[in-house]
Amino acid sequence: MDACNCIEPQWPPDDLLMKYQYISDFFIALAYFSIPLELIYFVKKSAVFPYRWVLVQFGAFIVLCGATHLINLWTFTMHTRTVAMVMTTAKVFTAVVSCATALMLVHIIPDLLSVKTRELFLKNKAAELDREMGLIRTQEETGRHVRMLTHEIRSTLDRHTILKTTLVELGRTLALEECALWMPTRTGLELQLSYTLRQQNPVGYTVPIHLPVINQVFSSSHAVKISPKCPVARIRPAGKYMPGEVVAVRVPLLHLSNFQINDWPELSTKRYALMVLMLPSDSARQWHVHELELVEVVADQVAVALSHAAILEESMRARDLLMEQNVALDLARREAETAIRARNDFLAVMNHEMRTPMHAIIALSSLLQETELTPEQRLMVETILKSSNLLSTLINDVLDLSRLEDGSLQLDLGTFNLFAVFREVLNLIKPIASVKKLHVSLNLAPDLPEYAIGDEKRLMQTILNVVGNAVKFSKEGSISITAFVAKPELLRDSRTPEFFPVPSDNHFYLRVQVKDSGVGISPQDIPKLFTKFAQTQSTATRNSGGSGLGLAICKRFVNLMEGHIWIESEGLGKGCTAIFMVKLSIPERLNEPKLPFMPKVPTNHGPTAFPGLKVLVMDENGVSRMVTKGLLVHLGCDVTMVSSSEECLRVVSHEHKVVFMDVCVPGMDGYEVAIRINEKFTKRHERPIIVALTGNTDKVTKENCMRVGMDGVILKPVSLDKMRSVLSDLLEHRVLFEAI
Amino acid sequence: MDVVNQLQRQFIDYSASLHREGFLDDQFTELQKLQDDNSPDFVVEVASLFFEDCEKLINNMARALEQQQGVDFKQVDASVHQLKGSSSSIGAMRVKDVCIAFRSFCEAQNREGCLRCLQQVTHEYSLLKNKLQTLFRLQQQILAAGGSISEWNK
Repeated sequence: MDACNCIEPQWPPDDLLMKYQYISDFFIALAYFSIPLELIYFVKKSAVFPYRWVLVQFGAFIVLCGATHLINLWTFTMHTRTVAMVMTTAKVFTAVVSCATALMLVHIIPDLLSVKTRELFLKNKAAELDREMGLIRTQEETGRHVRMLTHEIRSTLDRHTILKTTLVELGRTLALEECALWMPTRTGLELQLSYTLRQQNPVGYTVPIHLPVINQVFSSSHAVKISPKCPVARIRPAGKYMPGEVVAVRVPLLHLSNFQINDWPELSTKRYALMVLMLPSDSARQWHVHELELVEVVADQVAVALSHAAILEESMRARDLLMEQNVALDLARREAETAIRARNDFLAVMNHEMRTPMHAIIALSSLLQETELTPEQRLMVETILKSSNLLSTLINDVLDLSRLEDGSLQLDLGTFNLFAVFREVLNLIKPIASVKKLHVSLNLAPDLPEYAIGDEKRLMQTILNVVGNAVKFSKEGSISITAFVAKPELLRDSRTPEFFPVPSDNHFYLRVQVKDSGVGISPQDIPKLFTKFAQTQSTATRNSGGSGLGLAICKRFVNLMEGHIWIESEGLGKGCTAIFMVKLSIPERLNEPKLPFMPKVPTNHGPTAFPGLKVLVMDENGVSRMVTKGLLVHLGCDVTMVSSSEECLRVVSHEHKVVFMDVCVPGMDGYEVAIRINEKFTKRHERPIIVALTGNTDKVTKENCMRVGMDGVILKPVSLDKMRSVLSDLLEHRVLFEAI
Repeated sequence: MDVVNQLQRQFIDYSASLHREGFLDDQFTELQKLQDDNSPDFVVEVASLFFEDCEKLINNMARALEQQQGVDFKQVDASVHQLKGSSSSIGAMRVKDVCIAFRSFCEAQNREGCLRCLQQVTHEYSLLKNKLQTLFRLQQQILAAGGSISEWNK
């Protein structure tokens, strides 16, 4: 059959092998065609498939392979050349695509494999995260437990409650079999079992503190696993197979003094208690790390809570102590008050009781003195009188002094004549002085006010005492008493640094110096002079008697009068000077009705009011000039008279303290003179005080006077009293603006 | 002693009468207060000065008022003012009162009134001079008799 141009197959088609090949080829083609279909189907279903074009390529390869095998089916029988051509073409295409695919797969397969590894990696990661989450959760649980425990522990300040609660809560949280607390004993050498969880009444087991296992626990701030066999853990009833694990942790016992800010207890505390925790036996439980941490935290909290409790105990104890002391003090105070009252009552009674008999003795003895007596009787009566006077003085002194010490003595203030006091003292002392042939002189300064406000009786007592001492201790010579007003500069005596007198307008400091030429006092005895009952030992003074109280009392009086008293002496045989300063008030102005001297005109013997005050009088009228001069001369002034303004301006100088000028004469212009004087003396203190004398006091005159700078206006005629008061006002205040 | 007492009582009575009649006032008392050991004749001296002053002033005033052409009232006024001052200084109450009236006439420039006042002043002044001289004589008599002039009691 050559005409069909067919190709014969190599092998006969009926051969069995050929038949099998034919069937295989058919199935291969089928499979090859269905694989891409499956691929397409599943890829379409999946969301992500990055290699689509690979799929296409692979699909093409498979399809072509299938096509090849399919066409191969026709080559088993006689087939035309066309079929052979198609077959060849298909094979060629298949070869190309499969080579391409093979090449492509070299790139693709590693990628696909790595996808697999990544998946494995992610799975591992997820497992790890799961584990960690589990851990965090357990930690949070632990934290919650700790907080709850802390809350329980800290909600009380009672030691026992704290410890009991700790054990209970720990037991509950960690599901412990047993939990125990060992406290150091007082000696510090042993640990004593103080609290347990299950056993209600722990018998006093003790364990020496220096066991190695205990040292190990104490030296670490962490919870330490210890062997269940060690002494501190052997408190459970035996008989179980497998004792659970045991953990011990130290609990620092803090004292009040341990709380330094920079020095947290680790470094400074030495005492620890031991907390032992045991897991249940026969369980396979292990101590987990988070449980150990929990235990450590709890131990610290317990330490703090215990220290708070200790502080509280301490403060309660201190408060109780204070209360006791208060009670004791109160009692002491009441006792002291009772004692003082008793003493005052005693004094009051004795005052009266002692004075009455004394009074009787003195009175009757003096009366007896008046009667007819024999010389020896007279001597006896005189002795009696002298002794009883001494005794009376002593009693008075003692009673006075005790009242002074009390602080209950008060000065009787009143207005009195200062000069009279001195004169009285002089009169009292003159007889004795003249007997001893001592000369007494009194020197009062001219600026000493005649009247003062103070305690006259006690001032006189003081002066009398001081002068009396001077007379007593002088055998010969003279006594001089000087009194003057202490100047502010002299008030601050360097020898009396603690005395700070403050001069003021209403007061002045009277300074009295009594100098004698007697036996003197040695310097070391001077401080003792003012102490009670102390006497100097020299024989001369011994004979003079005296209780030694006089100066002490004087000192008290002087102090009450806000002053100071002291004695200076250069030594034995050189005499001594007693000096004291007291504060007295100046009495009010002359319009005080109760002042005795007011209506009386002071006589010539009295002090003149304004001694030597230089005054200038300007008046044209001869008569009134003479009258004014007479007034001023009577008051002790040194008066210069001028009759004209020119003369006035010529004569006036800074020595003149006051200028009186008549301004009501129309011819002369007194105002002009005043202006000129003001111009002449620029400094205020050099300028004399200018006073206008006028017959009319209408407003115009006054205004004019003020305008030109005059210091005052007086209405003529001027009486003596008015002139005196005007002058004193002027000199004190440098201004007076109206004197009618 | 009796003589002195009598004289003293006379002195007191006379002084009292002078005060009562208004010749002297409190100022005179003040003047007497100024008399002391330092100036024993103070009052007499002041009085003499007053008398001299008065006479001088009265003469001035008379001359000024006699001017026919034109009375210089200013001058008269000045003199009256002086006289008033002197009399009030010594306590011559009546003289002072007349001076006050005199001044108002001067201000009114009333010549007739001034002349009349001048007459009055002269009259009062002479009266006062006599009285004071009597008083001073009494004083001297007392002093001569060995007594002392007591404090003025009113």
